[in-house]
Amino acid sequence: MRKHLLSAADLTRDDALLVLDTAEELAQLADRPVKKLPTLRGRTVVNLFFEDSTRTRISFEAAAKRLSADVINFSAKGSSVSKGESLKDTALTLEAMGADAVVIRHFASGAPHTLAHSGWIQGSVVNAGDGTHEHPTQALLDAFTMRRHLGDLEGRRITIVGDVLHSRVARSNVLLLSTLGAKVTLVAPPTLLPVGVDTWPGEVSYDLDATLPGSDAVMMLRVQRERMNAAFFPSQREYARRYGLDAERMAALGDETIVMHPGPMNRGLEITAQVADSTRSVIVEQVANGVSVRMAVLYLLLGGSESALGSVPSDLEAVPA
Amino acid sequence: MTTVPPSGPTDAPDTDSVDDRPSDAVGREVLDADDIQRAMTRVAHEILERNRGASDVVLLGIPTRGVDLARRLAERIASVEAPVPVGSLDITMYRDDLRLKPARALERTDLPSGGIDDRVVVLVDDVLFSGRTVRAALDALGDLGRPRAVQLAVLVDRGHRELPIRADYVGKNLPTSLRENVRVLVTERDGRDAVVLGTVEPE
Repeated sequence: MRKHLLSAADLTRDDALLVLDTAEELAQLADRPVKKLPTLRGRTVVNLFFEDSTRTRISFEAAAKRLSADVINFSAKGSSVSKGESLKDTALTLEAMGADAVVIRHFASGAPHTLAHSGWIQGSVVNAGDGTHEHPTQALLDAFTMRRHLGDLEGRRITIVGDVLHSRVARSNVLLLSTLGAKVTLVAPPTLLPVGVDTWPGEVSYDLDATLPGSDAVMMLRVQRERMNAAFFPSQREYARRYGLDAERMAALGDETIVMHPGPMNRGLEITAQVADSTRSVIVEQVANGVSVRMAVLYLLLGGSESALGSVPSDLEAVPA
Repeated sequence: MTTVPPSGPTDAPDTDSVDDRPSDAVGREVLDADDIQRAMTRVAHEILERNRGASDVVLLGIPTRGVDLARRLAERIASVEAPVPVGSLDITMYRDDLRLKPARALERTDLPSGGIDDRVVVLVDDVLFSGRTVRAALDALGDLGRPRAVQLAVLVDRGHRELPIRADYVGKNLPTSLRENVRVLVTERDGRDAVVLGTVEPE
């Protein structure tokens, strides 16, 4: 059993499909008069956010509340963290309050892993974005959105464009999409690709115009200027011209191709307003789907006696490793 | 047809859950396809009789086999009166034993487009046992709307209620011991229609 969701690589194909199918059923809740299920009544979910976030925190909060869990929101600003409290002491405080799950966003890559394996807390840890490492629930909601538009992702061509170097969204998406059988192509200037990208599943290209035709989905990444401490490209204008998605490039896409962005967008830089607000754009849908996917993750981790993810067939469990 | 329940210890597991049963079963066949056919036809007529027609009736099957049975009832009602809306109601998130097992996969909830407000909802399930499934279904219904009345139709009532719940329409009353389990097989899922009475394996 996997008690935590730390990386998209933790999910087998069966796990990922279980989350997506569960989310599909839970999505119906949005159309009902009572948008609430009693399933996590009496459980406590802590949103532990060391880094600013709008949609992820609200999305996790809505998801936990729709499952009737008690939600405690904790943001580093205005807490004892600004007085220098360590992650360990914060975690021990949460444990003392009886947190069944901790949803953590942290500026340091690996912080959720530390929290999960330190023994500081007993509950489940869900990674809501750590540094430039991973953001597994974003990858799940992206896959959910793609599946709704494209059907089965096996063999589909997904193009991820932009600041891959600083993007936890890209890394999680590459891992999850390849688990689901999609073919991923990363497009970025060489300076914005991480070391070791050649070992990732999928292909790498420097030429956006050559990659766009034939893509089933195009995901534009945010240029993360707040993480850029050096000149990664000559000018914003040059970046926008070579790697931005504008109306002209959108015209080169197939009829059914969808345009995605994890948000928040730099309109005019990686994506023009015209594209972001076009009918191909599913960016607002991504946000709505985030709640359903996060409900599915919380339900599968916390709903039963133990997590339903990472289950091993019972005849294999008895065999010692 | 009569069944004599063997006596025995009463610590059998709840086999009220429909989703984890094998689709074929060893045991004694207590109802065959024709018996089921006749029982469903009678229940369909009883629903029409009790509600003076089919005008406000909505059938909601409880997954998995309750859904198949609800569809069959709808077909029979349509053949004697008018078509009635039919849907399914997943009760997983409302179960009182969720925390006893790993989280289960969800089943489909599919409400007819007319909704359930001010309708007579007939819940359809295969086996009525402890009554806990029906309790969960009533809770789920409360979040979906406000029916004018809720009725319960089951193919088999095997007794051993743990809650104050009874069925309005029963295909077959089947006295059982807690050591036995009742399996309903339907053609749509299991390749044939039958109700099979087996013995719970000692653990």
